[in-house]
Amino acid sequence: MSTTTTDLQDEIDTLEGSHDDHHHGPEKGLMRWVKTTNHKDIGTLYIWFAFSMLLIGGAMAMVIRAELFMPGIQLVDPQFFNQMTTLHGLIMVFGAIMPAFVGLANWQIPLMIGAKDMALPRMNNWSFWILPFAGMMLISTLFMEGGGPAFGWTFYAPLSTTFAPDSTDFFIFAVHMLGFSSIMGAINVIATIMNMRAPDMKYMDMPLFVWTWLITAFLLIAAMPVLAGAVTMMLTDRNFGTSFFDAAGGGDPVMFQHIFWFFGHPEVYIMILPAFGVVSQIIPTFARKPLFGYSSMVYATASIALLSFVVWAHHMFLTGMPIAGQLYFMYATIMISVPTGVKVFNWVTTMWRGSMTFETPMLWAVAFVILFTIGGFSGLMLGIAPADIQYHDTYFVVAHFHYVLVTGALFSIIAAVFYWLPKWCGNMYNEKLAKIHFWWAVISVNVLFFPQHFLGLAGMPRRIPDYSLQFADFNMISSIGGFAFGASFILLTYIIVDCIRNGKPVKEDRVWDSAKGLEWTVATPAPYHTFDNPPSKKVILEESSHIGEH
Amino acid sequence: MQSREEYYVPSGSYWPIVGSIGMFALLGGFAGSLHGSMAGTVGMILGFGIIIFMVFGWMGQVVHESETGDYNLQVDKSFRMGMAWFIFSEVMFFAAFFGALFYARQLSVPWLGGEGNNAFTNQFLWPEFKSVWPLIQMPDASNFSVPKGIIDAWHLPALNTITLLTSGATLTWAHWALMNKNRNQLIGGLIATIVLGVIFLGLQVSEYMEAYQHLDLKLTSGIYGSTFFMLTGFHGFHVTLGVLMLIVILMRCIRGHFNNERHFGFEAVAWYWHFVDVVWLGLFVVVYWL
Repeated sequence: MSTTTTDLQDEIDTLEGSHDDHHHGPEKGLMRWVKTTNHKDIGTLYIWFAFSMLLIGGAMAMVIRAELFMPGIQLVDPQFFNQMTTLHGLIMVFGAIMPAFVGLANWQIPLMIGAKDMALPRMNNWSFWILPFAGMMLISTLFMEGGGPAFGWTFYAPLSTTFAPDSTDFFIFAVHMLGFSSIMGAINVIATIMNMRAPDMKYMDMPLFVWTWLITAFLLIAAMPVLAGAVTMMLTDRNFGTSFFDAAGGGDPVMFQHIFWFFGHPEVYIMILPAFGVVSQIIPTFARKPLFGYSSMVYATASIALLSFVVWAHHMFLTGMPIAGQLYFMYATIMISVPTGVKVFNWVTTMWRGSMTFETPMLWAVAFVILFTIGGFSGLMLGIAPADIQYHDTYFVVAHFHYVLVTGALFSIIAAVFYWLPKWCGNMYNEKLAKIHFWWAVISVNVLFFPQHFLGLAGMPRRIPDYSLQFADFNMISSIGGFAFGASFILLTYIIVDCIRNGKPVKEDRVWDSAKGLEWTVATPAPYHTFDNPPSKKVILEESSHIGEH
Repeated sequence: MQSREEYYVPSGSYWPIVGSIGMFALLGGFAGSLHGSMAGTVGMILGFGIIIFMVFGWMGQVVHESETGDYNLQVDKSFRMGMAWFIFSEVMFFAAFFGALFYARQLSVPWLGGEGNNAFTNQFLWPEFKSVWPLIQMPDASNFSVPKGIIDAWHLPALNTITLLTSGATLTWAHWALMNKNRNQLIGGLIATIVLGVIFLGLQVSEYMEAYQHLDLKLTSGIYGSTFFMLTGFHGFHVTLGVLMLIVILMRCIRGHFNNERHFGFEAVAWYWHFVDVVWLGLFVVVYWL
């Protein structure tokens, strides 16, 4: 149906002699990908870039787990180990998770709001094409004299200023470029959602993935420039004699932490809000019920975003801040569990008495709800200032944020890929293999990260290549889980490539029978250009995910 | 000029990749040159050239598309949102440096002086240190340059405030002219704004020379010098960009671009100029005056 409309439109344009080149299909050859202004092409680029960064960052994690397999220095020297933990964190945050979500936004937002493309297509291309260069600059630091950055992904001063290798300046500019790319991407998302929505789609008709991305984009524009400021101060402290982070000149190393976490805490939500959006799309489809509490989901997302700007110093309870500060940051932090609780409640109640089936995307979404909640609870423990004195800088923290970012953010990305891949490429993945992969990954990831809670509670510090003998057993278990989880991505790569190349073609436009949303009204695979004419009000209301509330 | 009905999606473009390569060369080269690499310096200059080339090419294409009527009102709105949110991101960038200033004044310097529960901080680190603002005597000045004084708010900075505020007014005057189809007044207003912007920059330069040559107030003068020069320096950089953008708009006005209804290019630069103006007011109050 939609294909015919597009063809018809093409016919009309040809007859009218319109000089639109955007109605043509993709260009041939490699230059298509370099020059493209098409949101689907750019989304694909983002996702493949993120996937390759995931594999590189994952390889670094394998080095870390191999070194920690047994106590004592086994494989790499401690300096290299520190470079691995640092770059693993930076690559996963800025190279894998964030670009993957921007890729999903590129593919899905125009399809979900009935827009023909992103609002600023050329800038969209630039946002992407900065990334490979920034990634190159970041990774090249490993091969420089003095080695790569080894101060942890949070790059606290004075480790990153006074005591850092020369390559740190390359790291600083890589962060500048990544931030520039993120800000442009976020501006594009906001302009697209606000200005390109189908005329009959109201804000409260938007799918939750679109809502969560709108709010995320706001967080990005507010937080990334602060990071740019922080690394700029680092640059001048290192090279031009300023003393922002040097107490001898009246500055303060702790000030670095304040500025960093003023960016860093919203950053945490930048990486999880779109995940909330993805899960809120998938669960209703496979529970065959409208999303429970649509508007409360929207308000909860907005509350989490606003609160994220006023809780940053809970990362710094041990820096000697005044007791009143500790109390404030503790209470404000714990307040975030209220809107987050609303979300988990809504996902569970969406499933309640639903006619549930467990296709692969649903498996990942359910795993997300359970495992992210575990990460949330350990976060609650860390948010309590007196308890944090014990947990701070231990493996408990490592376990916490990996539950949130791996079984949270990453799982939702995998869920999203399985959910939308058939629409993107027109083929169905191998359901049996995908289920095997899911169970393999979900078991191994728990073997990998769950014991780290115990290690942390028993006092094992993070970011250290060697440890006391009493931590040996849990570390070995964790490493075995890590290797298994790492290997699972080989299977994932196979499943995805196999789906794109040899997968069984999907005939239906609506790939999942009870899925709602405008993306399911376009042909499968999604044509190069969609929604040249915006969808009608009737279609929008039919596809809205919260029919029950109309 | 008839603008097309549907939303304009440009066809593929080489400009973004050119910009990325330029940015990579500029920043990578800069980092290299900081560590004495000659190749780095060359790369930096090359990258800068590539970026200038990209900006001219890309913006030239945008101007061309605009003049040939490719952009309808919806595209116009996308540009407006893009510019508004870009300015918001700039606000947040400055906020980081203002935050550093407030943190130093209100927290880290008083704490080093022993305020609150920090008596031991003072005693163990630098017992001689007294917390005063502006911070002339640093806790340990061995690596820093101790200034003889600071810039008086009511000389050059006050003059600069008047200059910049006046330039905001002349720009608005030019905008009125554009809306009333008075090309001569438009061009006159723009020229006045540019001249005032250049005067502002000239006065900033002479203030910096005064600070460096007579007051020994340098970037290396502890947290006072750091915040002073980084805040005013980034502001001056933004004024420079604003002047360059105003010059482009002036050329376009002379060539007869824009009409009384459609002139987003003009407005975007005006927004940017006013943003730079507001940042200056913040600087004048908390950096120079208080």
